[in-house]
Amino acid sequence: MALKTETMILNMGPQHPSTHGVLRLELELEGELIVDVKPHIGYLHRCFEKHAEAMTYPQVIPYTDRMDYLASMYNNFGYVLAVEKLLGIEVPERVEYIRVIMGELQRIASHLVAIGTYGLDIGAFTPFLYCFRDREKILNLFEITCGARLLYNYMWVGGLSHDIHPDFVRLTKDFIKEFRPTIKELNDLLSYNKIFIERTANIGILPLATAINYGVTGPSLRGSGLAFDLRKEEPYSIYDRFDFDVPVGQGLMGTVGDCWDRYYVRVLEMEQSLRIIEQAIDKIPDGDVHSAIPRRIKPPVGTVYQRVENPRGELGYFIISDGSTNPFRVKVRAPSFVNLEVLGELCKGHLVADVIAILGSIDIVLGEVDR
Amino acid sequence: MYQALYNLTSNTIISTLIVALVPLTLILLYALFAIWLERKVSAHMQDRLGPMRTGWHGWLQTIADMIKMIQKEDTIAADADKKLFNIAPVLVFAGSFAAFAAIPFSSAIIGSEIEVGLFYIIAISSLVVAGILMAGWSSNNKYSLLGAMRSAAQIVSYEIPTALVVLTMVMYTGTLSLDKISQQQTAYFWNWNLFGGPEFGLAKFILIPFMLVAFIIMFISTLAEVNRTPFDIPEAESELVAGYFTEYSGMKWGMFMLSEYANMFAVSSIVSILFLGGYQSPFGYLGNTLGIEWLVPIEQLFWFVSKTLFFVFVQMWLRWTLPRLRVDQLMTVCWKYLIPYAVANLIIVGIVTLL
Repeated sequence: MALKTETMILNMGPQHPSTHGVLRLELELEGELIVDVKPHIGYLHRCFEKHAEAMTYPQVIPYTDRMDYLASMYNNFGYVLAVEKLLGIEVPERVEYIRVIMGELQRIASHLVAIGTYGLDIGAFTPFLYCFRDREKILNLFEITCGARLLYNYMWVGGLSHDIHPDFVRLTKDFIKEFRPTIKELNDLLSYNKIFIERTANIGILPLATAINYGVTGPSLRGSGLAFDLRKEEPYSIYDRFDFDVPVGQGLMGTVGDCWDRYYVRVLEMEQSLRIIEQAIDKIPDGDVHSAIPRRIKPPVGTVYQRVENPRGELGYFIISDGSTNPFRVKVRAPSFVNLEVLGELCKGHLVADVIAILGSIDIVLGEVDR
Repeated sequence: MYQALYNLTSNTIISTLIVALVPLTLILLYALFAIWLERKVSAHMQDRLGPMRTGWHGWLQTIADMIKMIQKEDTIAADADKKLFNIAPVLVFAGSFAAFAAIPFSSAIIGSEIEVGLFYIIAISSLVVAGILMAGWSSNNKYSLLGAMRSAAQIVSYEIPTALVVLTMVMYTGTLSLDKISQQQTAYFWNWNLFGGPEFGLAKFILIPFMLVAFIIMFISTLAEVNRTPFDIPEAESELVAGYFTEYSGMKWGMFMLSEYANMFAVSSIVSILFLGGYQSPFGYLGNTLGIEWLVPIEQLFWFVSKTLFFVFVQMWLRWTLPRLRVDQLMTVCWKYLIPYAVANLIIVGIVTLL
C-alpha cells in the first residue's frame, strides 16, 4: 500500500529577498521539487493607465518613470515617441542624439542591476556591489544632466527637460574608458565561475517556440537564440544610423535558452550599448533642445502604437486620442509582465533554488508588472 | 592547565571554573574580532570601507551590536514550540563551545588534556545538528524547516569525509590526542604533517601528495560543516531568507551567530593542528634561544592563533568570492568526489605508514 503523501505549499514573497520586489509566488513542492508555480501579482498596482486618463499628455511622463524604475529614461523615451507620432512632429537632431545616448546609458545601468542581483540570487555578493559601483557612475551622469538619479522626467514631448551639461561628453567618455575593463572583470569573477555555470547552465531552458508563443521579448527571447531587437527590426529615433550587433544565446555553457544564456546576453548587450554611445557621443549636433516642444499638446483624434526596445524587452504604448488635451486611453505593453508569464513553464521539475535562478534570469521589475 | 592551577590554588572548584572560563573568554573575544574582521574583509573586497565610525576603523562595532542585541525584544512566534525554540540556540552554542575544551591553544593552555581529543571534538560538534533541527522544527516556519533539513543532511554527509581524513591522520600519527599530534610536529615547518611528518625518509616524500589531498578534502568538508559559502545552503539568504534561524531575534539570534564564528575557529584549528603543526612555530622559538622559558607558550599561542585566523580569513575570502552551490550539487560533491578520494587516500596512507 502506498503511503499517503501531500505536497507542501510554500509561499515565497511578497516579502522575500529574491523575488525582486513584491512578487508573491505560490510554490507547490514535493520535497524540494517544484510541482507548480503560481505568481500572484498586483502588490504594486498604482492604476497608472487609469491615472493617465485624467492627466494632460506631458503630465503622464512622470508616471511612466515609475513603471520600470530601473529604466525610467527608456519609459520616457517610448511614451514621448508615441505622443510625437500622434502629433506628427519632428524633433531636432540634437534631441535625438541625446535621447539615444541616455537610453543606452540607461540600458547599461539596468543590465548592471540585473546582473548584480542575479549574482546575489546565486549567492555571490561581491559582483553585486561591483555592478552597483559602476551603475553609480551612470547615475552621476544622469544627475548632472537633469538633477534626478532614478526618476528623471527627462524626455519631453518634442524635446528634453534640460540640455546636457558642458562636461557631459567628457565624463561619458571617461565612463566608457573605465567601464570596459570592468566587464572583463565581471566575466572573470562571475560569468565564467564554475559554480555559477553549474547553477545556471541547463537550468530553466526556454525553447524558442515556447518563448514566441508566450510573447517573450528582450534579452530573454534573444537568450533563446532569436536575434529580435526592435532597434534593428523597426528602427525608431535614429537607431538606424549606428552600427551594433544583436547578441543571442548560443548555449556556450549548456543548452540554448538556459539561464546562463539569458544572463550572458545582458553582459554582451552592455558592450553593444557602449559601442552605440561611442558612435553617438562625438556627433551630437548643436541646437536647442527646447525649440520643438509644442506650447499646447492637443493631438488630433486617432490612435497610435509605438514600441521600443526597453532593457527588458518590447515596451509598447497604445494611446487613443479623442482630440482633447488628455489621452482617452493609455495602454502599456510591459515586457516584464509578459515575460513573467513564462515562469511557471520554466520552473516545473526544478528545485526551489532554481526558481530563484530562473526568476532572476527573466529579470522582472515589479513596478512595470503591476503598473 | 588544570593540574597547574590545582597545584597553585589547591581548590578543585576554583581551578575547574578558571579552566572553563579561559576558552569561553577566548571564544567571545575571538567572535567579537572575527565578526569585525568579516565586515572589514568583505568591505575591502567590495570596494567599500565597512564600519568606520565606532572607534578606530569601527573596531567597536561588534560590541555595539551585541549591546543592541541584548536590548532587543525576544520574540517568539505564536505557534512555535516554545521549549524547543528556547533550547535550540543554547544547544547549538554549547555544542560549538564545548569543542574548545579539547583544543590546545599552546602547550600550556588546554582546557582538558583528554587522550581522545579528536574523537571528542567530532562527537560533540554533532550536537550542533540536533540544535539546528530543533530550531528549524520548533520555529513552525516552512523556510526554517527546509533550512534545518538541508543543514542536517549537509552536516551529516560532510562528517563522513572529515572523519575519514581524521582517521587517516590518526592512523599516521598513532594518537587521538590533539596535544600529542601538535607535539610530534615540533621544531621546523618541514616536520608538519602537510609535508609528510617529522620522520625523515622515503615515506615522507611519498606521503606529501597524499597529505595534500587529505588537507584539501579536510578543508572543503570543514567548510561545508560550518555552513560557509560555497556551501551555505542551509542559510541561503536568497532562497530561505535566513534558514533555520529565520524566526529568531535578539540574543538568541546572536547565539547562532556566535556559534557560527566559534565553529569557524574550531574547524580551522583542527585543520591547522592536523596538518600545520598546531601551536608549533615554523622555525624554532625565541624563548628557547634566549633561555626565557615562559615565553615559549606565549609564542605558541601566537602561532596557533595566526594559523587558525589565516584559515578563518580564507573562509571569509571564499565567502565573498564564490556563488553558492545547489543542494543536490552539494551532495554530489560530497558523495561522488570527496568520500571516494578520502577512502582511497586512507588506504594509500595506511599502506605507506605500514611499510
